[in-house]
Amino acid sequence: MACRQSTHWNRRTLLRAAGVSWLTSLATDLTKAQQSARDPGKPAKNVIVLWMQGGPSQRDTFDPAVAAGQEYSGGVEAIKTAARGVEIASSLPMVAEQMEDLSVIRSVVSKEGDHARGVYNIKTGFRPDPTLVHPSLGAVVCHQSPSDCDIPRHVSILSTNRPGRGGYLGDAFDAFQVGDPLRPIPDVRSRVNQQRQDNRNNDLFNVVESEFARGRLRGLDESKTLHQLSMRRAMRMMSSEQLKAFSVKDVSSAVLDRYGNHAFGRGCFVATQLVKSGVRCVEVTLGGWDTHVNNTEAQKSRIRILDPAMAAMMADLRADGLLEDTIVIWAGEFGRTPQLNGASGRDHWPHGFSVVLGGGGIRGGKVVGETNPTPDIRAENKAADVVNPVSIADVHATVLKALSIDYSQELETPIGRPMAISKGTPIDQLVGG
Amino acid sequence: MSIDNNIYNELNHKFLMSRIFINHFRMSDDLTPNLKPTTQAVLFVLVCVSGIGALIGNAFSSQRLERKAKRTGDYYQQQPEFLKMVAEVDHQFREKWQDRELKPAGSADVLTVMRRASLALHGTIPSLEEIQAFTEPSDYEVADDKVLDRYINYLLRDRRYSDYLSERFARIFVGVDTGPFLIYRRGRFRLWLSDQLMDNQPYDKLVHSLIDSKGVWTSDPEVNFVTATITQGNGGRPDVMKLAGRTSRAFLGMRIDCLQCHDDRLGTISLNPNDPSEGSRQSDFHQFAAFYSQVHTGFYGVEDDPEHYAFKYLGEDEEVIVPPVFPFFNELSESQGTRRGQLADWVTHKDNRAFARTAVNRIWAIVFGRPLVTPVDDIPLAGPFPPGLESLTDEFVSSGFDVKHLFRVIMRLQVFRMSSRADFEVTEAHEAAWAVFPLVRLRPEQVAGALNQTASLKTVNADVSYLVRLQQENEIDDFVKRYGDTGEDEFEDRGGTVTQRLLLMNGNLLQSRIANGNGSNASARIAMITKDDEDAIRSVYLAVLTRPPSQPELFHFLKKFKDYPDNQRSRLVEDLFWTLTNSTEFSWSH
Repeated sequence: MACRQSTHWNRRTLLRAAGVSWLTSLATDLTKAQQSARDPGKPAKNVIVLWMQGGPSQRDTFDPAVAAGQEYSGGVEAIKTAARGVEIASSLPMVAEQMEDLSVIRSVVSKEGDHARGVYNIKTGFRPDPTLVHPSLGAVVCHQSPSDCDIPRHVSILSTNRPGRGGYLGDAFDAFQVGDPLRPIPDVRSRVNQQRQDNRNNDLFNVVESEFARGRLRGLDESKTLHQLSMRRAMRMMSSEQLKAFSVKDVSSAVLDRYGNHAFGRGCFVATQLVKSGVRCVEVTLGGWDTHVNNTEAQKSRIRILDPAMAAMMADLRADGLLEDTIVIWAGEFGRTPQLNGASGRDHWPHGFSVVLGGGGIRGGKVVGETNPTPDIRAENKAADVVNPVSIADVHATVLKALSIDYSQELETPIGRPMAISKGTPIDQLVGG
Repeated sequence: MSIDNNIYNELNHKFLMSRIFINHFRMSDDLTPNLKPTTQAVLFVLVCVSGIGALIGNAFSSQRLERKAKRTGDYYQQQPEFLKMVAEVDHQFREKWQDRELKPAGSADVLTVMRRASLALHGTIPSLEEIQAFTEPSDYEVADDKVLDRYINYLLRDRRYSDYLSERFARIFVGVDTGPFLIYRRGRFRLWLSDQLMDNQPYDKLVHSLIDSKGVWTSDPEVNFVTATITQGNGGRPDVMKLAGRTSRAFLGMRIDCLQCHDDRLGTISLNPNDPSEGSRQSDFHQFAAFYSQVHTGFYGVEDDPEHYAFKYLGEDEEVIVPPVFPFFNELSESQGTRRGQLADWVTHKDNRAFARTAVNRIWAIVFGRPLVTPVDDIPLAGPFPPGLESLTDEFVSSGFDVKHLFRVIMRLQVFRMSSRADFEVTEAHEAAWAVFPLVRLRPEQVAGALNQTASLKTVNADVSYLVRLQQENEIDDFVKRYGDTGEDEFEDRGGTVTQRLLLMNGNLLQSRIANGNGSNASARIAMITKDDEDAIRSVYLAVLTRPPSQPELFHFLKKFKDYPDNQRSRLVEDLFWTLTNSTEFSWSH
């Protein structure tokens, strides 16, 4: 289901506000946007990122080491899944049933063991670089496959401090941040009634803005300030039916209970609604994975929230026919040490950890690579015994390929520096010929 | 003296002020129709009431400000050497315009330049009170330039100058992250920086104390420059790469970070001041980083030990001991002492042009919102340099790295005081060559600071009570966070997002500042104390956009106000506040 902004704009606002001249240019905007809307023959592709803030433990989730003994396994058991030969931690029984459509990459290797740098690394596919800010995956997707809808196409739900950014593509590609869907999204309601708001807008666009434009650059707003343009987008969003997609107010508790009716579960449900409305990339954050102390229990408390939410989301995407158009990514900034520390915790471990991909034409039920269940965590080269190591750039290239985006093409940064979208190689096992 | 006497004096004084106030704007804007006879009386009432408000709230601060305005002279900028310097730089820009056959814009009016200066030095816009105090003509005619010189001197003396600039500089020196809490106190560092800037500590000394800092992060706040880079599990040692990268970018204006991993394959980084074609090598970076290799944190805080620096270069099999070597200007190295001491001496040496040039480019960028050389921290060592840069660098060095002096010089230049619009067609080329004042998007804190100031007729400064300021600071933090912090890449154009517009259209900060339910804000007070529509409209324009309305604007809003019954007036004032704060003009420096 695509965006149908023009219909409700015509119905709800344009007619009522007829004669208000600033709206005519808005109407033109809409017509133009519609003309450039996507080719109907080509399926839209979206991305939902389940972001595990803090660094989830691969041993407690998708890469258990049952036979390795307590100090490595942490006592975590494994279960069989719907995908033949794939076993994951027994604390994820509902996700296990969805594994036919999900593949685990167990051999992701990075060099970033610090939270801030790790988040940047995984979300953008590049290591932090003091000379420029790379766009996150969601920003790239929005940039590369335009769609037209009233609400922002890049949304971050429950993001903490580092939501996906537009980077060198511009702030217009930053994720729009919202909180728990139980609460209304901020600042989308006018503080005054519509008539008064129309009056304010009219004064602004017809009197004050034209005064400012006098004696300045031609096409000031389009070529430079983007002020009125973004303001019109904001207004369009404010009066859009699509705002309902952010809300769970009218959703029965039976539906939400399947997701485990907590903030993250509600976020996952809203992610499916947003994708239906034309949003390209949704990121839903679940925090609390940074378990340096008492790892097994602490991870379980997160997994209890994750399991129903992720499973219900997969099931609903499939039922709604959205799964083939939507890639689901499960990841955090790094994994956790394969050996418990003195406080029964696990520390940061970027040298072989798991990322899960599914949907959107990515082959499900596969396992890519493997890790040594009992590595020497003090070894000089900690990733030496990772089988079939995959870089985070490879993960990005895989996702982009599945989205039919030319991942190797170079985009230009604002200072004219050419930058490849991804420097990785797609994983053959998941998206190969 | 009794209170009654005080009020009497204050009102008498205010009456005089209101007449001058009106006269000034009549003179400054010849488009303005003649004021109605009632106007003066109404403005009189406005000022009286705000005077009484001042008495009740924070006694006599308005009077203090006026006295301050009178006391703050323009003597500094009248010195012949000062004016000669300014003329020389002006000349360089004029030559450039002639070369490119560009016509420069005319002078901007006083209020526009006041707004720029306040945004640059205080991160906010002038208050109505300040506008009044500084645009009051004396018994004799005062040239616009002198009014502005006085205003700039006043801004530089106010604590808001160092409080705002310390945050700008902290971003360059230690970044924006909270860092390793146990050993890093960003807040304390910022406070220390603010003290240094207020005292106008010479910039070379300030930077020297950062690079060669010793002691504990709490009692010697400058060491936070080092401790900000300490990472977990590194034995209390800072990240030498990060420190070297930061030093080269912040103090030398060179992005040599790429050399950390490999030689300069693109030939874009030259470390030879005489031959820009000479490429640089990976070893250049590591030999520079080696100056930080001895720093560590111990019981007595940050100190130095005789540690070596070893590194395995790309393509080599073995680690080698890397000696500390300066990347250029080796002849300036004369000192003994610790490696960091030597580095600090070399970086801040008066003949290290890269150091002074980088500071000038940075301060220029703070003033204009756009550096002379872009990016701000990537200035080619061998040039070519744009007009102004070399002369200003000479001046900065010979003034003894006097930061306030540099601000005064730059803010006296023709390019700072010229208009951002023209009566000919303005093109990108004009903006690029500084032939018009550039339009630059305000930073989030500037938008928040400006919003906060519009809400109050009085100046929001250190005189405002602590609790009020604390509440405002929290609100502003929230606002900045949602508006989108610019982080460290300060001068890249960020913004133009839907979130920003939603926040200004419907957000809490604006609503609490303009809604008439809140009787203490400027919108409520203007609605209450002006009985005349024209005064109300003028006051809102001055409070929000630091200018009177143009004739078409005034006519438009006058007509609107007349079309509504009197009891709707406060709503109209509130609407006008909304409209002006949501304009492009409000969110941009111009």
